[in-house]
Amino acid sequence: MKSVIDIKDLSTKELEEIIAVAEDIIENPEKYAHKCDGKKLATLFFEPSTRTRLSFEAAMYELGGHVLSMSDAMSSSASKGESVADTAKTVSCYADIIAMRHPKEGAPLVAAMNASVPVINAGDGGHNHPTQTLADLLTIHREKGRFDNLTVGLCGDLKFGRTVHSLINALIRYKGIKFVLISPDELKVPSYVKNEIKDCGLEYVQTKDLEEFMPQLDILYMTRVQRERFFNEEDYLRLKDSYILTPEKLATAKEDLSIMHPLPRVNEISVAVDDDKRACYFKQVLNGKYMRMALILKLLEVK
Amino acid sequence: MNIDSIKNGFVIDHIEAGKGMEVYSLLALDALDCSVAIIKNASSRKMGKKDIIKIDAKIDLDMDILGYVSPTATVDVIEDGKLCEKKKMTLPEKLINVIFCKNPRCITTTEQELPNIFKLTNRELHEYRCAYCEAKASK
Repeated sequence: MKSVIDIKDLSTKELEEIIAVAEDIIENPEKYAHKCDGKKLATLFFEPSTRTRLSFEAAMYELGGHVLSMSDAMSSSASKGESVADTAKTVSCYADIIAMRHPKEGAPLVAAMNASVPVINAGDGGHNHPTQTLADLLTIHREKGRFDNLTVGLCGDLKFGRTVHSLINALIRYKGIKFVLISPDELKVPSYVKNEIKDCGLEYVQTKDLEEFMPQLDILYMTRVQRERFFNEEDYLRLKDSYILTPEKLATAKEDLSIMHPLPRVNEISVAVDDDKRACYFKQVLNGKYMRMALILKLLEVK
Repeated sequence: MNIDSIKNGFVIDHIEAGKGMEVYSLLALDALDCSVAIIKNASSRKMGKKDIIKIDAKIDLDMDILGYVSPTATVDVIEDGKLCEKKKMTLPEKLINVIFCKNPRCITTTEQELPNIFKLTNRELHEYRCAYCEAKASK
């Protein structure tokens, strides 16, 4: 029984297998409509989330399975002080697989260590969010047809942005990737992530200037400055509008640039960009559902 | 006190100067009834200065703690007054309940019955990270 807590839990071969299944689901959805008949997914979300929870639930329904869900954390036993370990042991008695989001970093790992069914990390604080990375990878695969020899711009909150760290972790497995890390000084990529890039023999540039590097980018991955990651409201207000992508800023970008964003956005991508054919962020949402379907099939060992 | 005076016990030698008290405290040597000697800033040809701890009893010595606090340390095992084994320390791959995670977002801050587990992530830099949240250990 395998759990996925970190994107590093999946080998490159496994990632590519999941992408291949997701592509097949897109081509032949009817083939998968009853693959999980009689199976149950428990979504344990201890932190507000709309899209990730709905995406997991939609994924399980489209596979013919059922979903057990708690309405919010305050109505769960966690509010009575139950430990993550006990919750995981209990829910294992009801469900075949668990998707967990928790504000505390490492909580899904604790769940996986105690559950008797596979656990998928649906986001733990500012730490990991592997299924978002799966959505990002399928989007890159469908838009670019490859993972190697790409210049990838990551822009916004690169310090607390868990999606950024996980995506870097997935892409450093491939050759010829160059990262352009665009952020204000206070929100730079942590040094251990930069060391991982260097250790793989890949290049990165750190900059505050999005427009300077725009013409080089194959992918521009925008992120939101997240209020919930700051202890200090003042710091959040000072940094939240650091980068706003507008059609004017895209004037020098490549014709085949892919603009990505894990969503939800606040204002970091102007709505005027939505009609640009290079905008991929809503495709990413759909791709997330297909990848979650493929991951559930893999972890439940459904052929 | 010299090695001859130890019948059955340990001499922890080559402890980085200044780390002797930390080793004493983390190994909970204050709880022992036997003779324990701490020698601070002893002269050393290799290290310039070093700390030494002598323990006149066969206790269950936690080599992981010792390796973490001072990987330069060596342990002489004394039996019947004679040196019978010399052990070299290395940084342990895993530390359990030796150091504690200071990341306020880590699950260990709210679920205190969880063991604090740290994994060695960079041997050259002596870097450990929390097994749950991957925050770097701060000494």
